[in-house]
Amino acid sequence: MRPSGDEGRLASRAVQVAFLIALVVLWYLATTRWRVSPLLLPNPVSVARDFWEILKTGEFIGDLRVTLTELAAAFAIAATSGVVAGYLISRTQYRIRVFEPLFAGVYSIPIILFLPLYVLFFGLGPASKIALGATIGFFPIALSTIAGFGYVDKVLVTAARSMGASDYQLFRYVLLPAALPIILTGMRMGFTVALLSIIGSETIASLAGLGHRIVHLAEGMEMTQMFAYIVFVVAIAAILNTLVSALEARGRRP
Amino acid sequence: MTSDTAAIRIRGVAHQFGEAGDARHVRALRDTSLDIARGELLCLIGPSGCGKSTLLNVIGGLMPPTAGTVEVFGKRVAGPMPREIAFVFQENALFPWNTVFENVNLGMVFQGVPRAEREARAQRSLEAVGLKDFAQHYPAQLSGGMRQRAALARALSLETGILLMDEPFGALDEQTRMILGEDLSVLLSRTEKTIVFVTHSLGEATFLADRVAVFSARPGTIKKIIAVDEPHPRKPDFVTSAKFTAIRNELYGLLHDEIRKTMAEAGAGAAP
Repeated sequence: MRPSGDEGRLASRAVQVAFLIALVVLWYLATTRWRVSPLLLPNPVSVARDFWEILKTGEFIGDLRVTLTELAAAFAIAATSGVVAGYLISRTQYRIRVFEPLFAGVYSIPIILFLPLYVLFFGLGPASKIALGATIGFFPIALSTIAGFGYVDKVLVTAARSMGASDYQLFRYVLLPAALPIILTGMRMGFTVALLSIIGSETIASLAGLGHRIVHLAEGMEMTQMFAYIVFVVAIAAILNTLVSALEARGRRP
Repeated sequence: MTSDTAAIRIRGVAHQFGEAGDARHVRALRDTSLDIARGELLCLIGPSGCGKSTLLNVIGGLMPPTAGTVEVFGKRVAGPMPREIAFVFQENALFPWNTVFENVNLGMVFQGVPRAEREARAQRSLEAVGLKDFAQHYPAQLSGGMRQRAALARALSLETGILLMDEPFGALDEQTRMILGEDLSVLLSRTEKTIVFVTHSLGEATFLADRVAVFSARPGTIKKIIAVDEPHPRKPDFVTSAKFTAIRNELYGLLHDEIRKTMAEAGAGAAP
C-alpha cells in the first residue's frame, strides 16, 4: 500500500534525496575505486571545489546574463504571441479544428533542427537563440490557450449570458478564470522548452552564454571546470523551474 | 384565465435543429401555444427529447424559435432578459472558481445591480435557501443538493418576476429531491414569482405544480394540461393523499403512451 498524506510526501522526498546521493556516491566510486579517467569523468570533490570557485569569483555573471536575457526575451515573445494566437483561434470551432492539430503536429517535430536556418537569418549572437526559444515556447502556450478558452463548460457561458453578462464581463469573469489554470500550465511548459532550446543551441552555435561556456571548456579539455558549469546550469534550471512552478500554483489558486 | 394576466404568452412556437434534409436535422418542438399566469408554477413533463427543455430555452431567450413568438410581460423575447427572467440549470452552473457568495454576487453584477444593494440581497437569498453559513465555501466543497440551493439563491437574488428551472433536481437522489421540493414550495408560496419547471419526475411535478403540461413524443407539443388544485405551501402529507395519487396516476397514463412511442422510434433499427 502506498503511504498517503504528509507522511507519504515526506517518504517520497526521502527516496528522491537518497537517489541523488546514491548517484553522487557512484560518481565518486567511479573516479576513485574504478579508476575512470579524469578526462572522461572528473572527481566530484574537485568539481565541487571548482564550482565553489566559480561562485566566489562571479566569473559566471557575463554568461548567465546572456542566457537569462535570451530566455526572458524568448519567453516574453512566446507568451504574448501564444496567448493572443490561442485566444483568437479558440473563438470558433472551425479555427480550432484547423489549427489545433496543425500546432500539435509542428510541436512534435524537433524544431531545433532549424537552428542553422535561424543562425543564417539572425546571426550567431543572442537574436537567433531568442527567435528559436520563442518559436519552440510558442506552441505549448498557444495549444494550452486554445484548450483553455476553447473548451469552457457551455453551461457556464449560458448561465452568464442568461444573467445579462456583456462580452467583456463574460471574458473577465467566466472565460479567463476558466482558462487561466490551463494557460499557466502551458506557460510553464513553454518556459521549460525555451530554456532547454536556448542552452542547447548555445552549445551548438553561439558567441556567449552558459551553453557556449560549457562547450568552450570541453574543447579546451577542462573537464573539471566543465562539470562545475554543468552543475551550475542544472542548479539555475532547477531554481527557475521551481520559481515558475510556484508562480503557476499561485495563479491556479481559486 | 384571461390573457391579460399572463406573464408568459407562447404562440405557435416551433423549433428545429439544423436544416431540413441535413443529417443532424431534428424537429424538437412543433406548434406550441400556452399562456402562463402571473404567480403560477407550471411544470413541463414529457419523454426525453420531447422538446420541454427547448421550450424553456426559447422562453428564456437563450434559443430563438424557428417559428412563433414568446412574450414576457407583454414584451417580445428576442434574447436573454436578465431583469425579467432568471434560470436554474440542471447542475454545475455555478462558477467553480468563485465562492457561493461570489457566485450570487456575480449574477447581480451581470444583471447590473448597484454595488450597495448586492450584499444585502445576497445575504437575504442565501438565508432563504438555508446556505447562510456556507457563503464562503466553494461549490466543490458542497453536496449536490447544496450546490442546487446555491444556484437557486443566485437566481432569487436577481429578483426577477420569472424563474425558469431546467430539471434543477434531476441529478440528485430521491431523498434530497423530496426535501428540496418541500423547501421550494414553502419558499415560492412567499414570493409572487412565475415559475416554469422542467422535470421528468411525476411525483415532483404533482407536488410542485399549479398546472402540469404533458408533452407528446418528439417533435413534441403540449398534449394535455392537468391542474393541481392544492394551495401552496404544500405539506409533506399531500404526497400520501388520494388527490395526489389520482393526479400522479393520470399523468402516468398520459405519459406512458408517449414514452412507448419514443422508445419504439429510438429502437426501431436495433430491437428485434
